[in-house]
This record gives sequence, structure tokens and C-alpha cells, in this order.
Amino acid sequence: MTAGLPPRRDRAATRPPRKRLGAMLVIGLAGLGLLVLLAVVAPWIWGDDADRLGPEVHLGSSGEHWLGTDALGRDIFARTLVATRPTLELSALATLIASTVGIALGGLVWVGGPRLRAVGLRVIDVMIAYPAVILALAIAAILDPGPKACVIAIGAAGSPTFARLTANLTASVAGRDFVGSARLLGVGPLRLMRRHILPNIAEPLLVLLSVSYAHTLMALSALSFLGLGVQLPDYDWGQLLAVGLQSLYTNPVEAVGPAVAVVLAGLSASFVGDGLAAAAERSSAPAMKAKASGAAESDPVSAIPDRTAGVPDDAVLVIDGLRVLRADGTALVDGVTFHVGAGEIVGVLGESGSGKTLTAMAVARLLPGGLHATARRAVLRDPGADELDLVASGSESAATRRRLATEIGIVHQDPSASFNPALKLGGQLTETLRVHMGVSRREAARRAVEQLEFVRITDPKARLRQYPHELSGGMRGRAMIASALLPRPRLVIADEPTTALDVVVRAEVLRVLRAANERDGTAMLFISHDVGVVGDLCDRVLVMYAGRLVEELTTADLRAGRAEHPYTLALLAATPHLDDTPSPEDANGDRRLAAIPGHPPRPDERPPGCAFAPRCPAVSPICHATPPPVHAPAPGLSVVCHLPGRRSATEEKPSEATR
Amino acid sequence: MPAAVLEDAAADVGPVEPEEPGPATGPRRVLESPWFGFALRRLFGVVLVLAVLVGLTFCMVQSMPGDPARVAAGNNATPEQITRMRHDLGLDHSVAAQFGHYVGGLLRGDLGTSYTTEEKVSDIIADRLPYTSELALLGILVVLLVGVPLGMAVAVACRDGRRRHLDGGFTLATGIIGSTPEYILGTLLVLVVGIELGWLPVAGAATADALVLPVIAVALGPVCTIARIVRRETAVVLARDYMRAARGRRLPAHRLYLRHALPNLLTGTLTVAGLLLTGLLGGAVVIESVFAWPGVGTRVVEAVTLRDLPVVQGVVLVLGILACLLNLLIDVVLGLLDPRTLTGRAAS
Repeated sequence: MTAGLPPRRDRAATRPPRKRLGAMLVIGLAGLGLLVLLAVVAPWIWGDDADRLGPEVHLGSSGEHWLGTDALGRDIFARTLVATRPTLELSALATLIASTVGIALGGLVWVGGPRLRAVGLRVIDVMIAYPAVILALAIAAILDPGPKACVIAIGAAGSPTFARLTANLTASVAGRDFVGSARLLGVGPLRLMRRHILPNIAEPLLVLLSVSYAHTLMALSALSFLGLGVQLPDYDWGQLLAVGLQSLYTNPVEAVGPAVAVVLAGLSASFVGDGLAAAAERSSAPAMKAKASGAAESDPVSAIPDRTAGVPDDAVLVIDGLRVLRADGTALVDGVTFHVGAGEIVGVLGESGSGKTLTAMAVARLLPGGLHATARRAVLRDPGADELDLVASGSESAATRRRLATEIGIVHQDPSASFNPALKLGGQLTETLRVHMGVSRREAARRAVEQLEFVRITDPKARLRQYPHELSGGMRGRAMIASALLPRPRLVIADEPTTALDVVVRAEVLRVLRAANERDGTAMLFISHDVGVVGDLCDRVLVMYAGRLVEELTTADLRAGRAEHPYTLALLAATPHLDDTPSPEDANGDRRLAAIPGHPPRPDERPPGCAFAPRCPAVSPICHATPPPVHAPAPGLSVVCHLPGRRSATEEKPSEATR
Repeated sequence: MPAAVLEDAAADVGPVEPEEPGPATGPRRVLESPWFGFALRRLFGVVLVLAVLVGLTFCMVQSMPGDPARVAAGNNATPEQITRMRHDLGLDHSVAAQFGHYVGGLLRGDLGTSYTTEEKVSDIIADRLPYTSELALLGILVVLLVGVPLGMAVAVACRDGRRRHLDGGFTLATGIIGSTPEYILGTLLVLVVGIELGWLPVAGAATADALVLPVIAVALGPVCTIARIVRRETAVVLARDYMRAARGRRLPAHRLYLRHALPNLLTGTLTVAGLLLTGLLGGAVVIESVFAWPGVGTRVVEAVTLRDLPVVQGVVLVLGILACLLNLLIDVVLGLLDPRTLTGRAAS
């Protein structure tokens, strides 16, 4: 874990790499390569055939003339091949003009200072919005129709897109630190552009270049087709096509050759563009390697001892041996057992990637695609109804969906991102009531107002008509809690609701959660990486490490430092003021956890023994070799360790061991 | 319009910093409404477009190599005829005076007179623009009504890596059709539906069913492009936190996708669609030649060949205004869908 990084949700579920797009690039490059080769050799090989007049005019497809002959008996296949060179040349020229002019323009707009930039960007926007073909027509009219006019016209028409992209990319690159420092060092704007900015925006420009080549080719052939481009006796594909179409009704095969050629060339170029774009996307967001070894996963659920025997009857949530698996079988959460009693607030503590959010999402049946959960038992209990199975496979029945929606309330991690920006707050808050509980719009609104008052949001009636972005961040957080509480759920799952909040707002959120727990007796599963917050709010704490539960203890024990597992002890040691209210200086929970040296293992690289062993100050040889045993003195209390309570190999104070 | 630019435009609609809360009250409400700033900015935009268009079309005659009067008078004109033509066109005045005359004419609705047929350009446009608008607007309607649902349906069907074959087939098919110029699509339609099957008329605008093939030809490519964009935007939206929150409420599928996902993916899509749809206007101009459609397209191609500048000027101006209005319409729809876009699209 790197200190200073914002805490992130467990992101073990990544999309598998998309191989098809890599193939796209290869196919596109091969197609373009072939075309370039044709452009070079075709006039030598087929040049004579293409111009040789024959006695048989307007022939259909035959063995001698594959694509027939034209009005003068010339072989259309040969003419199509020979026309490759002028077509590609003209398109390349037009693309060159578009890119050079466009990049220069975009750069100028940026170099010219803020006032010119504002006006320049608007002008570019206007130019982009103007249909390129019509602009080209205008330029062709000025310059007298012909290939020269067309190349200039299409080039000019294509340049605004380059200008826009250059300006946008430059603006984003120019905002970065290294450009700022270069500017401070007195580097002039032109040199800054050439040395620091252009190299950094080359990749998207390259993508645009190939895509724009495809469009240029099509636009040029469209102009030739309209009779404004290449003039007889010269010919390119568009011109051949226009001539071929004249005899469309009598000899349609004449149009086939040039039409196919235009499509194939355009397709190749756009394949290259799409392929490049996909490659750039891949390299900027490296996909996690899906390793299907599963060697460390020889430990199925059945091997974990059943520990639900002593769970109190009124427990709301009972989870036994929960595993969250990737499609390749790697367990991201591995055999987690716990329960949440009626009215109890249970905290789940762990570093990013420890599987705490996945555990919560598995309980809520909201795992992202590609992941699935198994468990010996995972039920939501309700004295008045059947147990609700939370890991049953298959589609959910309407009744199950209703119970999940109304009995589990979820406070999502990032309230700013978890409200739909396009919908008003009222609709989102009351949705569950109206869809699942048959509450009328009016009554739902009344309850929403009541709930917003409860979480201390001012002017609740007006808020319902506002969009999420009109609320402050702290208000959105409390509105999210109100949304979770509205159906009066039996269990609230709060997924890091205090992360990234300032101290005042955090205290407010905690107070609201505690008030809800006192008012309704709502059980809560509270996910956090912040030892202080968990110790403040919860009754009992689950400590997770690398997808496994390592210790369950009461908050009183946690606060008193009476933890048994070396990982919990290390967490505590890394938290300076457990009993104080958090102060701004240590508001960043990650920095505290970062005081434990090393990183948690990746889920597919868990060692055969204890996962914490490589970082453990109290490690002994057995820890590396054998999975640690579970010591569970009472339901809701456990520690999974070979040497529970031992603070370090030499019994030093952990604070010294971790420095 | 190159796809990379479209993506770039879509990325412009980023999250906007929240403003301080508090409902506005009193007479200041109008001034504080995001629509007020929006209207002001767009008004500036429209004026700018008009200025640029008028300037550019005026420059068309000025930047013409050679003598415009000679071109206007025709190849066989005597020097006297050319001199008279120069006087008729006002070319013997200063550039500033010519510009004043041009703008003054525009304000009176006078777009000049065709060099070749001596019709008034405003009459030509009034006569032919309805056909082009009909084609373009119907095309736009088809693009939105087919492309958006198609892209969404594929994205939903292929979410989380399901139905890989459908996804691949969709990408390939839309790629091929999207890379095919509209005039080739049009020709294919003429050949297959019009001639081989004989179902629909292939030329002219005499009957209502004559519209079908041109509209399909104009719309097919953009349908594919927009479907691809919508497919990707939908995938992005489905992965958002608020969609997970909506799934947590166990909403029925129609509510989940139509109410929660659609408005959000439309904001990204419509930003792109603006460019695509004005591009469709250009496509309509080309496709008219395939179907002998009596719109401004066929006329302007003729005018370009004969270098009949007043006609070209008029068409360029009118189509430019049309494109501008189309963009304005889209921005209004965007603002209705997502009020954040009203404030977020300043010239930053």
C-alpha cells in the first residue's frame, strides 16, 4: 500500500483483456500494407491492361475480365487496381494538410493566451459543426473543380477536428506539473509546445490520423463521385465508381470493383484507428492478469469448521464460510464467517484490497459481473418470515427482490457518485418505497421529508426537487443514509461512508448512523479502514486481511489494545490516538495503515500458510507452511493465528517493531 | 466525423463541481437560473456562427483565383460583357463597399442571382431546401430512434462480458457499414431493393415512398456509428456507482435501463450526435445525386461544376445556419436531460 493514495474500493474484479481489438489492429495494418503495395506495383503490372481498349464493351463478369469491362472495353479489375495509387496519394495528401493545419491551429490557440483561446475554441467548435462535404463543395467552387481543389478542400474541412483535439489535449497536458515547472524555468511557449507537449499528445493524434485517413478517402471519393474530383482521363476509385454507376441498370458489375476497394480501404484505416485506440486504452489501464493456477485454493469451504452453532437466535445476518470467486476460481474473499446480532453494529476493518467491500457486496447480492459468491450458509433472518438465502444461484424471484430491496439498506461508498446525476433526489429516495412497497407518491414524499429531517438536512421539501449536484458533499452523504433508512431495513450495510470526508462531516455521519441504530434498532455492517472510526461507532469488529477474517473482537477490547492477532496489533500500533476524536492531521486513514511495512499478497498469490506471515513481526517458521488454526472462545470472538497474542518474534513492543 | 473526435467530445461532459446549495428565491431567480447563462452563451455562439459564415461566404468570391467577372460572364464573353458584368456584380467597388453591399443584401433576404440561370438564389433555396430538410430531418429521426435503442440493447445483452459473439458481430457489422460511404450504400439499395426486387422507386421525389431509400441511405452509416457510441457509453454508465445503487434497489429492468441509465448515456451520446447529425446534412447533399432528389444538394453540385458562386454561397450559408440550429436544439435537449451541462459547457 502506498501512502497518500486515496483509498479505493476493492478492485479485484477486472475485465478480461480484449484480444479481439488487438486482432483488429493487425488486420487493419495488413490491409493498409497490402493497399500500399498495390499502389506501388499496380501501375507497372496492370497499367497497360487498364488503358487497353477492347472490342467488347460493357461486358459482365467473365474469366478474362473478372469485373467486366467499361464503355471502351477496358478491364475494370485492372483499372481498379491501378487507381489505388492516385486514390491513396490524394487521401494521404489531404490528411497531411488536415493534420498539419489542424495541429498548428490547435497549438496556436493554446500558445496565444487565454483570450484568444476562448474565442479560438469557439470558432473551432463552429467549424467542426459545419458539414465537411459542404465546406469542400464551397472550396471546390472557388478553386475550379479538380483533384487539387478537392485535396485542399478535404484537407481544410478535416483540420478543425485536429485543431480541437490538439487544443483539448494540450489544455490537459499543460495543466500537469512538469509543464508548469518548465514554464517557471522560462521555457517559451513554442519550445514548450514542441518539446514538452506534442510528444505527450502524440498517441491520440495518431489514432485520429488513421481514422481521419479513412474519412478523407471516403470524402475524396464522394467528391470524385459527384464529378468534382479527379477529371478524365485520370481516374481514382470514386471516379471509376461514378462511371460504373452510369451503367448500373445494364451492367451493375462495373461498379463492384471500385465500391469494394473504397470500402476495404476505409475499413482498414478505421480498423487501425480503433485498434490503436484500444491499445492505448489497454496500456493506460493494465488489465489484471487472470491467473488460473488456483494452487493455493485447495482449501474449499468444507475445510473451514462450522462455527455458527453458538450464534444467537435473534441474529439478523448469519454468514458462514463465504467465498467470493472470480470466474477462474481465484477466491477474493476466502471463507469468511460472522454474524450480526439484532441492533448490533459490526465493523469490518482492513486495508484496501482486503475483501471487506466485496464481503459487503456479496451480502447485499450486488457483486460486480464476473464474480460469484458461495457459502455454506448466508442468510438474512426475519422472525416473521423465512430465512432469505443470500448466495442462492439463479435468478431472483420477485419476492426475493422485494425483500432484498426493503430489508437491506445500503449506504454506498461515494455518495457523490452513487446518486444518479440526471434524476432529482426525491425520485431516487422514494423509489424503493414506491416500486416495492406500493407506497403512494405523496406518502413516499412525506416519509422522505421525515427521513431527511432525521439526518438533519435543512429545507427537506425543497431538497426533494433538487438534483444531487445541487447539494453539498456532506449533505449528499446524509441523504444517502436517509435513502438507505427509508424502507426501515433490518440491516444497513455502510460501505466506507466516512472515507474522504472531512472531520466535521464524518462526525455528523457517524452521529446519524448511531441515531438510526438507537431509533429503529437497525443492525449494521460498517465497512471502514479507519480504526478510530470503527472503535468509535461499533460494538464488535471483524478484522480482514487478504480476503480472510483474521480476528473478531469487541470494540472494548480493540480500544484497550487487547487484540490477539499480530495484524490487528499492528493496525492499533499504527493508530496514534485511538481514544481521541480524529484530528485533521491524521484524517487520512491510509497513512496510518501504511506504517505496516510490505503489501498484502494478491488473491492469486496467497502463500500456503498464513497470508500475513511475510509482514508479521511475530512470525515463526510454522506460519509460512501451515494455514493458521481458528481459536474461537465464544460466538462472535475469534482469532486465526498460530501464535495469538504474541507481539513479535522477540516480544518487543509492536510500536518499535513497526517503525 | 472521426470517431476519436467524437469520443473526445463525449469526454467533455465531465463532472461539474457542485455549487453551493440553497434554492434561489425572488426576482433574482431568473438571473440565477442556469438557463439564463445558457441562453446568453448560445446567443453569442449563434451570432459568432453567423459572423463566421457571412465572412467566409463573402470571402469565396474574393479568394477566387482569376477574375470572377470573367467566370460569371462565361467563357465566350467579350471584354465589354466582362466589364459590364464586373459593374453588375459590384466588383469595381472597394472590398469594404462590396462587403457592405453583400451584408445589406443578406439582411433584405437577397442572396444574389445565379450566374447561369439568372434565377434569384433565394428562390432556388426556397424551392429546394424543403426536400433536403425533409431528407435530413427524417434521417436524424431514424438515426436516433434506431441507433440509440440498438446500441443500448447490445450493451445490455453483452454486459459483464456476456454473449461475446453478439458483441463481436455487432462491432464488425457496424464497423463495415459505418466505413461504407453513403453513396455506395445508396447505390446498393437502388440495385437490390429498387431494381432487383422492384419494391420502391429509386429516383425522384414524386411519391411519399420515394423517400424511403434515400432516408435509409443517409441514415444507415450514422445509425451504426451512433449505435457503437451508445453501446460504449452504456457500458460506461452501467459500471457507474449510481447504477449499482439502483441495482441495489432491485428495480425492474425497464426502470433500471430507461429511467436510470438512458438519461446519463444520452448526455454523452448527444454531444457526439450533434456532430454526427450535421455530418448527415452533408451526406444528404451527396445522396441526392444518387437518387436524383430535387434538393439543394443536386443543385449545388451543378453550381460548383459551373462555378456559379452565388448559388454555392447561398447554399453554404443556409446549410450552415441549419447545422447551427441543429446543434442548438441538441444542447437544449441536453440541458433538459442533465442540467449540469448548462453550466459546464462554457468556453473553458
